[in-house]
Amino acid sequence: MKTEQNREIAIRLSGVKKRYKLGQIGGGTLTADLQSWWARVRGKEDPNVTVDVDQRLIGQTFMALNGIDLTVYKGEALGIIGSNGAGKSTMLKLLCRVTAPTEGEIDIYGRIASMLEVGTGFNGEMTGRENVYMNGTILGMTKAEIDAKMEDIIEFSEVREFIDTPVKRYSSGMFVKLAFSVAAHLDSEIMIMDEVLAVGDVAFQKKCLDKMREAAKKEGRTVLYVSHNMNTIRRLCDRCIVLDKGKIIFQGNVDDAIELYLSNTHSAWSENQTRFDLSNSPCRSPYTSGDARVTYLELVGKNSAMYASRESMNLGIRVQTRKAYDDLKLRIEVRYSDDSPVGTMPCVSLGRFDAGETRDFLVKFSPEGLTNGRYRIDFVLFETDEVGSSFDQDLLLPAFYCEIQEPEDIVWNQTTWGHIRFPEAKVEAWKGV
Amino acid sequence: MADMTQSDYHIHISSQHRWFQLNLKEVWQYRDLIYLFTKRSFVVSYKQTVLGPAWIFLTPLFSSIVQAFVFGEIAGIETDGVPVLLFYLCSNAIWTFFSTCLINNANTFTENAYVFGKVYFPRLTMPISNILSCAIRFGIQMILVLLFMVYFLIQGQVAPHWAAWLLIPLELVHLGVLGMGFGIIVSSMTTKYRDLGVLVGFGVSLWMYLTPIVYPLSIAAEGWMKTLLMLNPVTIPVEIIRYAVVGKGTFLWGYYGLSWLLTLAVALLGIMIFNKVERTFMDTV
Repeated sequence: MKTEQNREIAIRLSGVKKRYKLGQIGGGTLTADLQSWWARVRGKEDPNVTVDVDQRLIGQTFMALNGIDLTVYKGEALGIIGSNGAGKSTMLKLLCRVTAPTEGEIDIYGRIASMLEVGTGFNGEMTGRENVYMNGTILGMTKAEIDAKMEDIIEFSEVREFIDTPVKRYSSGMFVKLAFSVAAHLDSEIMIMDEVLAVGDVAFQKKCLDKMREAAKKEGRTVLYVSHNMNTIRRLCDRCIVLDKGKIIFQGNVDDAIELYLSNTHSAWSENQTRFDLSNSPCRSPYTSGDARVTYLELVGKNSAMYASRESMNLGIRVQTRKAYDDLKLRIEVRYSDDSPVGTMPCVSLGRFDAGETRDFLVKFSPEGLTNGRYRIDFVLFETDEVGSSFDQDLLLPAFYCEIQEPEDIVWNQTTWGHIRFPEAKVEAWKGV
Repeated sequence: MADMTQSDYHIHISSQHRWFQLNLKEVWQYRDLIYLFTKRSFVVSYKQTVLGPAWIFLTPLFSSIVQAFVFGEIAGIETDGVPVLLFYLCSNAIWTFFSTCLINNANTFTENAYVFGKVYFPRLTMPISNILSCAIRFGIQMILVLLFMVYFLIQGQVAPHWAAWLLIPLELVHLGVLGMGFGIIVSSMTTKYRDLGVLVGFGVSLWMYLTPIVYPLSIAAEGWMKTLLMLNPVTIPVEIIRYAVVGKGTFLWGYYGLSWLLTLAVALLGIMIFNKVERTFMDTV
């Protein structure tokens, strides 16, 4: 047993690096690789080089992890956060032994249960019970261990009536419930999870989260948890690391880590900007046609993106179209800075557009009651057809960030109270029953 | 977790890798998984079918009847005086064992890439359970062969060598290891080169004609053709098993030794490549 500072070590990574090759790996076929090799041997030009491809990209590598040193102690619930591409998943893959590191050493003390995904190895033809055995053994349990836990697993999964039915007949909810139950009952000392908690209905999600917390807090297991959802990180973890470009840039207190991560993500936005050229916004979703776009936004009458709680936002926008619309509509979605949704202004009509038209609007938007904090405002342009289905034309995720600042009279608890403060209730005398 | 001391499980992962690291202890810990993989290969193939497991009997029976008709009746290939149907049933059972060992293992990595990419378990459990399920299928086919053999025995048309039956398990291991070795080599390379996967099915069917399956070795004329057949590592094991079961077969010590040498070489090479590829194939598959 290895200890350090009187605490048992569960996982230690030292100098871990993982390199991936960029671009195409090999010719893809054996003959092409042999041809290339033969050409190199004779000192001739490789016949398989594509002329237009940037030669610098070939053979270039990418460090998904660039020197990770980390010690995780036994019984700890460690959260891992970072933007996309920071190396979170690569790190979990190395720990789960799905792939090997390019450099460095990893020591793991204890059995590992990897939950990079629930239901790995499930086969549609087999019954729920058979799949529990299959999935359980893949995750490292023995048949005897599964026998002993079968009742608990079935009970937890809430699919008792269907346990001897082939899982291809399951609804997707039943499928993930059963799959999660197997993973949740693993007897391993270390659990590794990659956002798998987002399964099933709300009640089941809560049950899963409680089960995980129980594993960490009561049973003294070590939990490594990766998520983009800051709320679950807050609820589950007692220490947190922030990854950025393959390196650990922070480790320690959960709230500090989340703050650092969020300020990093939003650093490109400054509060003092009130005019936005959105014609080439990097936040625009690439999955829309671009036939109608919001190209300009101005926070009219403001010199910063700070609003009071009950202040109406006067948003001056410019809309450009490439094709004609009978009735173009705007939806405004409000999220908190950790991306959790707050509320939506579902629909306002902008009217008829001809092809190639540019028009300006003043949109008066009142998201009343927002409490202090930074909010993300998304714009969606859409049109609806005769049966009411909507088709998104432009998605700005986000269009801008704004900061709500209101003198505080009480300490607002964002995690449990949410982000909206309702108007004070009126109390008056009542005769009673 | 009071009953489990942590020191029982220490995993060390390093960027270095060893060529001959089989981790058989770990494979043994996962023996239940091998059992379930093996079971799954049967359960899944016969769910929602009319005849179910009867197919294990029916396919070799039908193909043997067709072969007996085409090669025995039309082409008139001699079968050393052994009843034609029995000869083909026996040959088919052996070849099916070897070829499925090879083909199933050749597809291991690409077919299971999805599972391999999500969770770790000793990858060797896959090939082992492949071999086991092939061996069980062979066992079941042998029941069919035995039924016909007993019939022909009563008719006095066949004289099996019972003592040589003891060699059958050894030769199954021999063929199994050879098939797995080739399969794993191909499998490890198909993670990068997909075209090999296509080649395998084609190559195996050609290989069958270079092996005395639809004809006995004894009818091959002396010369380079026969030498080529003898160099084929599958030839002698096939002849040994046929010698035991149907009473006719050719055996030569020299080529038998050569066959084992080749088998071991292929197995070693297979393990080495497997060890190398296993670690990072998820990045290239």
